[in-house]
Amino acid sequence: MNIRKYLKVYKKFLHTSLASELEYKTNILVDLITAILSLVGSIFLLSIFFQNNGYIGGWKFEQAMIIQAIYTILNGITNTWFNPNLTEIVKHIREGTLDFVLLKPIDSQFFISLKKINPSGFLEIMLGFLLLFFCIRINQININLSFLTLSSITISCSICILYSLWFFISTTTIWFVKTWNAIEVLRSFLYIGRFPLNSFSFSLRIFFSVFIPIAFITTIPSEVFLGLSVLWKILLEVIVATVFLITSRKFWLFALKFYSSASS
Amino acid sequence: MLEYRVEIALWAISGIIPFFMLNIWTNNNLNESINISDVSLSRYFLCAFFVRQFSVVWVVFSFEEDSLMGKVSPYLIQPLNPFFRYFAQHLAEQITRFPFALIIAFFFFIFNPESIWIPNLGILLLSIVSTFLSFLIQFLIQSIVACLCFWTEKASSIERLLFIPTLFLSGLLAPVVSFPAYVKSWIYLTPFPYLIDFPANLLSGNETNISGGLTMQILWIFLLFPLFKKIWTEGTKKYTAMGS
Repeated sequence: MNIRKYLKVYKKFLHTSLASELEYKTNILVDLITAILSLVGSIFLLSIFFQNNGYIGGWKFEQAMIIQAIYTILNGITNTWFNPNLTEIVKHIREGTLDFVLLKPIDSQFFISLKKINPSGFLEIMLGFLLLFFCIRINQININLSFLTLSSITISCSICILYSLWFFISTTTIWFVKTWNAIEVLRSFLYIGRFPLNSFSFSLRIFFSVFIPIAFITTIPSEVFLGLSVLWKILLEVIVATVFLITSRKFWLFALKFYSSASS
Repeated sequence: MLEYRVEIALWAISGIIPFFMLNIWTNNNLNESINISDVSLSRYFLCAFFVRQFSVVWVVFSFEEDSLMGKVSPYLIQPLNPFFRYFAQHLAEQITRFPFALIIAFFFFIFNPESIWIPNLGILLLSIVSTFLSFLIQFLIQSIVACLCFWTEKASSIERLLFIPTLFLSGLLAPVVSFPAYVKSWIYLTPFPYLIDFPANLLSGNETNISGGLTMQILWIFLLFPLFKKIWTEGTKKYTAMGS
């Protein structure tokens, strides 16, 4: 695998997709307002939950805001990379253009996962970071080296898990052709990531940490921010992330064996 | 529609967010502070799920695709407003969705047997009417947004923007009763609480102002319909097909 070649190709991807997206400038503005409103809406919802209670699932309001911030960052990443690219797989398979992707002298997973970019997601990521810095201040978190490494490890693991989930669902398109709705199901499950895991009942907690590891995506990084996290949880997240990445890769290669174009 | 059974089943599953919200509410005893019992809250969220299933609208996405692909031109020649076509599609899909929604409700009652209730016939009919009115309001709003396609091409991002207040203010995630007073003072003047909160309260047998709610729903339809008519005639004048 030639890393320099891939970097060069990625630069070209960035250039072309940014150029085409910037054609719709008002769209980007509308998307920014949408991101802000949806953040305001979920803080409003949280404030309803907390209006007569000091704690929810053992989390204070200020602490739960960290989860919102991390969710916003991850959602921004989803909107920037995963959503525009992985919904494209559905199109590739329906219209038969996956053949062209497979013929290219480049890794097919790399191509379909990073081809496009949606710049309005960047604004959402920045919004999430702003909220995160605000939360670090109101929760009086001390920033030191070990905190920074741990939080960046957990957040990158969350990104890997999130990517693998999206990629898994999109790969099933090879058999089912239309998976728009499966993506909607994933979206509605991911919505759970906005709330601390402990606020759900025991059975749902098990479901969201074993079957769909949404618990790992936002709750564990937030615990790291609050200094509540224990080492085994972080290690577990790293293991889950690696397992997900490897299996999603294997699954893609496996699924490609079942892909047949119109004349084959 | 029956060709895509799995799709529709998945659609039905993707609407289960109200149940997750219910889980947060009851698991943390949040409902005590707003004087709603566990049972009536779980009924409320089940009804919210049902109302949402039968009032969800996606006309803007279909219309955007059709107008970008140039499929609108042949529709315009036909002596029928193309939105009737989408309207019929929506109705057909709602009927197909009904059995799946029933299955989900069945599972819900297995986990929450104490919340089983049978609404009386009059209430049931009224809530079907109000759900349909809520569907009409949303259909009109989205059709108006869809007509913006004639000007901007990508109207779906405006729809996503409008979806945010719908999500948070309609009562899908939290009943409107629980909202703080500074929101309650103006929210009943907007169309949002009549989309989910009002029909869901009606169906679940909670206290609600029936005649007031229905009047507001009809009022909004009368307000939105002329607006849609106007934007449609303006838009079709603006519309240029390939080659013209």
